[in-house]
Amino acid sequence: MTSILTPARGGQPIFRVNPVAKLATTLIVGVALLLSLDWVSAVVALGCELVLLFWAGVSARRFGIRALPILVAAVLAGVTIALYGRASGATHFAFLFARVTDGSLDLAAATALRILAIGLPALVLFLTVDPTDLADGLGQVLHLPARFVIGALAALRLTGLFLDDWRSLELARRARGTADRGRVRRFAGQAFALLVLSIRRGSKLATAMEARGFGASTHRTWARESRFGWPETLLVLIGLTVAAAAITAAILAGTWRFLGGQ
Amino acid sequence: MLLLGASGAGKSTLLQALAGVLGGEDEGDSTGELLVDGTRPDRSRGRVGLVLQDPDSQVILARVCDDVAFGCENLGVPREEIWRRVRESLDAVGLDLPLEFPTALLSGGQKQRLALAGVLAMRPGLLLLDEPTANLDPSGVGEVRDAVGRVIEDRDSTFIVIEHRVETWIDLVDRVIVLEAGAGIVADGSPREVLAGEGKRLAASGVWVPRYPPSVPARTSTPGSMLLQIHELAIARPGGQVIQDHLDVRIAAGTALAVTGPNGSGKSTLGLTLGGLIPPASGTVDASGLAKGLGSDPLRWKSRELVSRIGSVFQDPEHQFLAATVRDELAVGPRVLKLAGSEIDARVDELAQRLRLTELLAVNPFTLSGGEKRRLSVATALITRPPLLIMDEPTFGQDSRTWSELVALFAELLDAGDALVAITHDAAFVDAIADSELTLSAGAEAVRR
Repeated sequence: MTSILTPARGGQPIFRVNPVAKLATTLIVGVALLLSLDWVSAVVALGCELVLLFWAGVSARRFGIRALPILVAAVLAGVTIALYGRASGATHFAFLFARVTDGSLDLAAATALRILAIGLPALVLFLTVDPTDLADGLGQVLHLPARFVIGALAALRLTGLFLDDWRSLELARRARGTADRGRVRRFAGQAFALLVLSIRRGSKLATAMEARGFGASTHRTWARESRFGWPETLLVLIGLTVAAAAITAAILAGTWRFLGGQ
Repeated sequence: MLLLGASGAGKSTLLQALAGVLGGEDEGDSTGELLVDGTRPDRSRGRVGLVLQDPDSQVILARVCDDVAFGCENLGVPREEIWRRVRESLDAVGLDLPLEFPTALLSGGQKQRLALAGVLAMRPGLLLLDEPTANLDPSGVGEVRDAVGRVIEDRDSTFIVIEHRVETWIDLVDRVIVLEAGAGIVADGSPREVLAGEGKRLAASGVWVPRYPPSVPARTSTPGSMLLQIHELAIARPGGQVIQDHLDVRIAAGTALAVTGPNGSGKSTLGLTLGGLIPPASGTVDASGLAKGLGSDPLRWKSRELVSRIGSVFQDPEHQFLAATVRDELAVGPRVLKLAGSEIDARVDELAQRLRLTELLAVNPFTLSGGEKRRLSVATALITRPPLLIMDEPTFGQDSRTWSELVALFAELLDAGDALVAITHDAAFVDAIADSELTLSAGAEAVRR
């Protein structure tokens, strides 16, 4: 069984960058792109990102599989907005409530590209984050309370066991003769049983953590130093540059629309 | 020091009190005084290290080195010192793995040694082990025992272990204390003295004492008609790779088959496949001897048709519990079969009597002890009287009293013409019950070093 906490590892420099910097970069690009709803800023950001992603260090296959949901979401959002978005300009096609106009096509392109421009870099940055490193960073760089950060990390490990438990519960119900009941009732009963098992497991884990001094009043040290040095600063600067370039290009091209306004 | 006593004597509670993890005033009453190094244990965390029974709930972090370092971090040990201790502790327990090895891939024995390393890194003066090997297969038991032996040899710390298998630890301890519910300490002395004086009484209360093995009934059954057979069967976990193939098994009425082999060899998967719970990777299970008018493939039977034909007992009893009381739990199967109320009550009372559950009929199954849970899960399968019973580790971690009760019950079932399949690591159980043994070899998927 592999858990979602199995360390993400790779030789490329991106794997060694502090996750806190990745989090910050994703936020910077995301917020900058949400400020305006136009296609120029999205295209510029996406263009810069694709060049950068090229050497980010995620294999094309892994990237393709993980990026698929984002691609589907972008296309779906684009089509929906093209059909039902705010109408303006020349009408190209109309059927019942659907009206494809210049305005709605413009909006559709802006939205679809925006989803890609925010989603793809976030995906790459988080595919290369090891949750343990993220916890180290949140605790040491951002000084979030260790009790909260480490507690969440330990709880995350238990989610891997949920799947195994769920399957066993399902088989056990068939073996006990109660699996012919309605699907909804069975699901509800099984979900409750999983909850009971999880709470029991959680309280055992809490005892084990407490027995190792977790939650004691002594000052906690960290075995692994979480650094915020040049590579991290560089990544954040790249994020700022991409955001600035996208905004500048949109303003110069005259397409900048603050928060989607006219 | 070895702490002995029947289940319910308060051994685990004492250990948790010594470790200072028993909880606050609002979680129970305490009287008297307990001091470790002259202070209350919850004030001197780190002086006492505790290793518990369940390997899965003791792994805290995702990488081996982080997990060992966790305790030191909480105690505020400086960074360089932490890494020195991590390497030293991993050496001490013999875990020769890369520092960043994922803990999710460890075997049960490795996980318990990791927990021990995490505790050792805190440099405790008192090391507490609460049945650290109860959930392990024989090779895991050996690994953990040897690791503890090495650790206490080159340290001058105190070590207290709870265990109902005396044999595992007797050579490592120089003092044995026997606790009894309500009576406190009933014996305290060298292993030889205590076992000579209390051995017989301990054995009767469920402790495994080498000189007093539990009795084994004589078997009289003769093989009857064929109930279930497989030919050239391949098995796989749902969605997984084939673990074993070319399996041939024939199970006749009145016989017991033991399935043995190392962890990961597919024993449990074979049990689920034979029980009509998961599909085989290739081939079919022919249960026409059990079908009573249905098709020959048990996978196609409805859930309620299955319970009167094949009973399955899972390794973890908690996965199978459905009701809020023991009585309702036992009645689930008979209700599915739409038996009359009086018949249900009669069956429940009879089986409860047989498996010492009568006093517990109003209790919630989840609050039972390990032995009681096991007896209940066997009873829930037996109550619908299936001619074939498939059990995964029925005697795992059981005290000797429950063990001999189960063995006696199974012998009776076999004599009455029922058939059993038992997946087990327990050599004594195989000797006592099995007519034949199927040993699976380590599968390709097994991740063990």
